[in-house]
Amino acid sequence: MIKRTLLLGSAIGLAAVLLAAFAVSWQPAWPALANPSATFDPAIVARGEKLAHLGNCAGCHTAQGGRPFAGGRPLETPFGTVFTTNITPDPETGIGRWSRKAFVRALREGVARNGDLLYPAFPYDHFTHASDPDIDALYAFLMTRPAVQARAPVNRLKEPFGFRPLLAGWNLLFLHKGPLADDPGQSTEWNRGRALAEGLAHCGGCHTPRNELGAERSDHAYDGAWIEGWYAPPLNINSPAVRPWTAEDLFAYLRTGLSATHAAAAGPMGSVTRGLAQASEDDVRAIAVYFASLMAHAPAAQGPPPADKGNVADAAHPEAAALFAGACAICHAAGAPMMQEGRPSLAWGTPLHEDTPNDTIQIIVQGLAPPAGRSGPTMPAYGDSFSDRQLADITAYLRARYTDKPPWPDVPEAVAQVRKGGSE
Amino acid sequence: MITLTVNGVSHQVDATPDTPLLYALRNDLALNGAKFGCGLGQCGACTVLVDDKPAFSCLLPIAALAERKVRTIESLGTREKPGALPAAFEAEQAAQCGYCIAGMIMRAQALLERNIRPTEAELRAHMAPNLCRCGTHMRILRAVRRAATAMGGGVRNDAEDAL
Repeated sequence: MIKRTLLLGSAIGLAAVLLAAFAVSWQPAWPALANPSATFDPAIVARGEKLAHLGNCAGCHTAQGGRPFAGGRPLETPFGTVFTTNITPDPETGIGRWSRKAFVRALREGVARNGDLLYPAFPYDHFTHASDPDIDALYAFLMTRPAVQARAPVNRLKEPFGFRPLLAGWNLLFLHKGPLADDPGQSTEWNRGRALAEGLAHCGGCHTPRNELGAERSDHAYDGAWIEGWYAPPLNINSPAVRPWTAEDLFAYLRTGLSATHAAAAGPMGSVTRGLAQASEDDVRAIAVYFASLMAHAPAAQGPPPADKGNVADAAHPEAAALFAGACAICHAAGAPMMQEGRPSLAWGTPLHEDTPNDTIQIIVQGLAPPAGRSGPTMPAYGDSFSDRQLADITAYLRARYTDKPPWPDVPEAVAQVRKGGSE
Repeated sequence: MITLTVNGVSHQVDATPDTPLLYALRNDLALNGAKFGCGLGQCGACTVLVDDKPAFSCLLPIAALAERKVRTIESLGTREKPGALPAAFEAEQAAQCGYCIAGMIMRAQALLERNIRPTEAELRAHMAPNLCRCGTHMRILRAVRRAATAMGGGVRNDAEDAL
């Protein structure tokens, strides 16, 4: 009898919990637009285009070789693979039947038009901070793209993450809705920069480490994090850059993918800078002002940058010295034609000064290649030229030659890891 | 002395370890097919195969090679009996000035050895690192398609691939 009462009690308790969970997770479907072909002010569409570049929407919402914004790109997460969705105005497979209201709710609250909770692989925890006019402009831009019929593949998530109502709990813990209040102690430009960086540009998505539930750790904002086989370096007081990032330097870097005082953008950041090249110049400048202020007092950039210690490194790594002389010096040696054009010394880039050799190895293996038809910093890929041992040797040589830091302890393991991740 | 294995033959080369493979091939071994274009890994005129993969020989120091097998255009048949790719390039008249062609053929050779039925998109992506200053890329692509067919495969168009 007692057993039965207990059983009944726990059943009622469980039902109550489920009901409560349903109550917070249930979201209404917004009505489908009957006539998706609304017209928009061309000036607002143009503004939306610049914001879409700033947020690099196409970066995730375009499959390899696919049509822009038609989705289908797999995003690997610790919880499984999420496929990005089609955000062209196709009525059946895209957002053609989404009202402005439904679009705003998706960006601010992470809820699809049909009421489904979206996965935070879509950074609505950032987009929630975007301003109304910015969201309206983005909506106008996306709704005037050519409609592409393309249905995203079904997500492949580990149990129990396929059950979307669980996201209500995630949202309760980690979603802080609405625009950020301006900091009255800062300039208008700084505040605009922060609103964009924390909002549509979602910089923390790559540069802030995440917790076990995949949420960014606000207590470690911009402390550096791993993304797609690359280490996105800290953008705060812990920045490893050995030369100060002024707003002017950062602006040039973000806008062109190359800073004459630091380095070229590599890995996922390459795609980000190609987006920012087409964003509003004022917006990119504001973002540069914001991050320059976060890194202003980073201890790593307070002294003079390290000197080129070619002789020391050559003596310590004679085999790598020969490889460097035959493969790298033609561009990177002082006085090489590329250097005469004012390109930065290898000593000034961040990768050699990071705690991990990963990014240095990635750049050697993959090189730098702007997509077909786009200009940008270029370097041949050396993945097929060098053996694993030679890669490790050159990486250690570069660290010895261009930094004052101790050798990395784990270079061969890092090379193996990069090789395993695939270079293509 | 450094040992190089080129086109199946072992050679002793008297050169410093940082010498680019291209210089060793041309100056020491008289294999003049691979060309010096830019010297910066940007044009592909110097492309040869190293362990079956295309490499810019102008940026590959001979110290990196050790036991690895180098192949050059000279390994793909003779004037009288050309291999499938050189024959197809001739049939399509794919060369204008010809300076890039040895590199183009070696890069294409790497693709067709690995995959005799690439898609058109795979073919174009694979050939993208090599440039032709005369602009004969369309003829070059036709020649690679012809060679793929002659070798018993063929380049599939992408619509076919989507089916």
